[in-house]
Amino acid sequence: MTFQTNEIPVKTFPEYSKVVLVGNPNVGKSLIFNHISGMYVEVSNFPGTTVSITTCQYKKYFIYDTPGIYGVSSFNDEEKVTKEIILKADIIISVVNALNLERDLFLTLQLIEMGKKVSVILNRIDELKKYQIKINSKKLSELLGVEVFTTSALTGEGLENIDEIIEKAREGKQDKFILEKIKHIKNFNLDKSTYLLLLEGDRDLINKYNLQISSEDVREEIYIHRRNRVKEIVDAVESKDTPAGIFFSNFGRLALKPVTGIPILIGILFLIYIFIGDFVSQRLVDFTENSIGKNIVEYNIKKFVSYYIPSEIEINILDNDENVIETINEKFPKGIIEESEKFKEIETRTSGKTKEANFKYQNPIVQFFFGEFGVITMTTTYLFFLLLPLIISFYLVLSFLEDSGYLPRLAALVDKTFTKLGLNGKAIIPIILGFGCVTMATITTRMLGTEREKTIATAILQFVIPCSAQLAVITVLLTAAGLEATVIYIVTILTIIILTSTILNKIVPGVSQPLILDLPLMSIPQIKNVLRKTYYRTVGFMKDATPLFFIGTSIIGLLQVTGLINYWINFLEPITTKVLQLPKESAVAFIMGMIRRDFGAAGLFHMSLTKYQVVVSLVTITLFVPCIASFLVMLKERGLKIGLTIWAGTWIFAFTLGGILSHILM
Amino acid sequence: MGKINIMKFTLNKAKRGQQLLVQQLPEGDYKLQLIRFGILEGETITCLDKIFGGTIIIQKNRLEIALGNDLARQIIVSSLN
Ligand SMILES: Nc1nc2c(ncn2[C@@H]2O[C@H](COP(=O)(O)OP(=O)(O)OP(=O)(O)O)[C@@H](O)[C@H]2O)c(=O)[nH]1
Ligand SMILES: [Mg+2]
Repeated sequence: MTFQTNEIPVKTFPEYSKVVLVGNPNVGKSLIFNHISGMYVEVSNFPGTTVSITTCQYKKYFIYDTPGIYGVSSFNDEEKVTKEIILKADIIISVVNALNLERDLFLTLQLIEMGKKVSVILNRIDELKKYQIKINSKKLSELLGVEVFTTSALTGEGLENIDEIIEKAREGKQDKFILEKIKHIKNFNLDKSTYLLLLEGDRDLINKYNLQISSEDVREEIYIHRRNRVKEIVDAVESKDTPAGIFFSNFGRLALKPVTGIPILIGILFLIYIFIGDFVSQRLVDFTENSIGKNIVEYNIKKFVSYYIPSEIEINILDNDENVIETINEKFPKGIIEESEKFKEIETRTSGKTKEANFKYQNPIVQFFFGEFGVITMTTTYLFFLLLPLIISFYLVLSFLEDSGYLPRLAALVDKTFTKLGLNGKAIIPIILGFGCVTMATITTRMLGTEREKTIATAILQFVIPCSAQLAVITVLLTAAGLEATVIYIVTILTIIILTSTILNKIVPGVSQPLILDLPLMSIPQIKNVLRKTYYRTVGFMKDATPLFFIGTSIIGLLQVTGLINYWINFLEPITTKVLQLPKESAVAFIMGMIRRDFGAAGLFHMSLTKYQVVVSLVTITLFVPCIASFLVMLKERGLKIGLTIWAGTWIFAFTLGGILSHILM
Repeated sequence: MGKINIMKFTLNKAKRGQQLLVQQLPEGDYKLQLIRFGILEGETITCLDKIFGGTIIIQKNRLEIALGNDLARQIIVSSLN
């Protein structure tokens, strides 16, 4: 049983304890959570992967996975979310990255000082061994006054003790300095955690209780005192460091330096292009879409239908250049079942040759579901044999990037450029995730520091970033249209990104924060995690997309059958033919585009367009309204007003810019 | 012997590989955020790298942290080598 979001299921199970995993970003909380729950929440090698709380039931407990934080306070949204659940927790498992003891123990000490029942997990024990660092966990346990366990979430080592870890949690050693500071607590009706946070000037709580009990100085004093204690503890428990030079992965260093970093970036992009642009989108998809999807699956579905239903079958035999060299056309007015000999003969005549089969049905309903653009047959081929292989490969590449630790370095590399756009380098992370799924990436903008940065990043995502599904279709169309079209498309989209964010930077109020980002160690991605993540994302995508695509094609099918489509086509005609200079039928693509952007691009497949028309229509569709799912998420994250403004803006924006490009090119 | 005059400068002016002593942090939230990372007045850090446009990568023990130019300009340090 798992629960997303902040709603706390404990109300219905009052006897269950709340066990909360708390730790610095990227220490391995989610991997531990997956271990305990048998579930999968996302695990990636960059700080800020988890942005909301996930809960699962484990024996008599509810276990909570939380966003990583460096301390309990309310500097950003993730901290606020995590702080809320910490205040309500019965037991805290403080997850510590054993390699960064000095950074991480700050939070552990704060949790202990808050008077919480705590158990400490020293995670990444496998890496500790690799780098020959020794930590005396018994001594650490003595100094903290709570139990310390060592684990490796990667291998599962130590996690078999999870019951003991939870059960042995207790209140730790209270520091004299803090006790002195909180001695006036008896004058207030507050628990120790809340009181300490008020003393530390937590703005949320100060507002909530309307109570200011300290000044800036006290907060700073407490922080510095805590830091000094951490230092003493680390000195006492950790044995001498290995030389720094050996420690860090050299690749990580090289990825940062502009001289080597930019060639590395170009190299990575080139590899991605070879993999997705060349191998998957041309060779693999050609095979799955045509050889499997059309010629085996679709063919057999249609053949099956034709057994019982009158049909006309047309088979084109093709030569190696896909030219039609022979056409066979037969009618089966009573279905194949009555004339199976005739059909067998056709099959023997065409077997082993490259062919293209068309089944036509008299019955409009059958035609609607199984005909040339039949809802069922097209949905199957498009979703499973065109999109699916592309989606899987996009997700594989993304997971690889996420797990390598490269993204935070890229963030540092582009930081300066991004500050010109009103963002800081960190924003590259949600933007890159947007190439996988804009919806997911919109949620990830929570990792950015201020409202302003979140708004700008959300707008860029919703306006310009094509998600993997759309990118997949775009790649296919662009490869067909040639290099010139591809270059024009990329340059146009980049120009638009820069333009939009420059404008947003001027009009969105507030100030952006400078970058503070800790860089995790680079590591070779774990194949198991890459595959699991890709699997869960792909399944999620197919679950979302299949019914929507079905509905979309049905709507268009119905509009076509009833003739209503012509009203829409005529209504949009001034825009499609005059502004964009496209065939007026392209209006149909925009209906599909409102449901999902990739469907919009897919609607262009069957039109004969010149290469410039391809570019214009793709740019317009890219800029056009986001898919329903990400529209809803955007409303939730950014509110009705900003959400609707961005949505409406995309209409004007897409047609205006598409029009300008069209008139430049044609 | 007279007083030794320490040269103080802002972090964005540090050189690659330079060992630095943190002299002064900006007031307010950034200060607290830096303290949580273990960067406080009197601590030693290393300038690992400078990226064009002035984003600074510093190292403290086994931590590597990227700091934006706007923040680096508000941190005062002195050289240790
Ligand atoms: N070598 C090693 N790597 C680990 C271990 N635990 C986690 N990792 C890796 O560390 C990275 C971060 O793991 P997550 O579970 O996403 O970390 P998190 O604490 O949930 O991070 P946030 O959600 O960003 O706060 C992933 O790449 C994991 O594979 C471990 O014990 N050993
Ligand atoms: Mg996580």
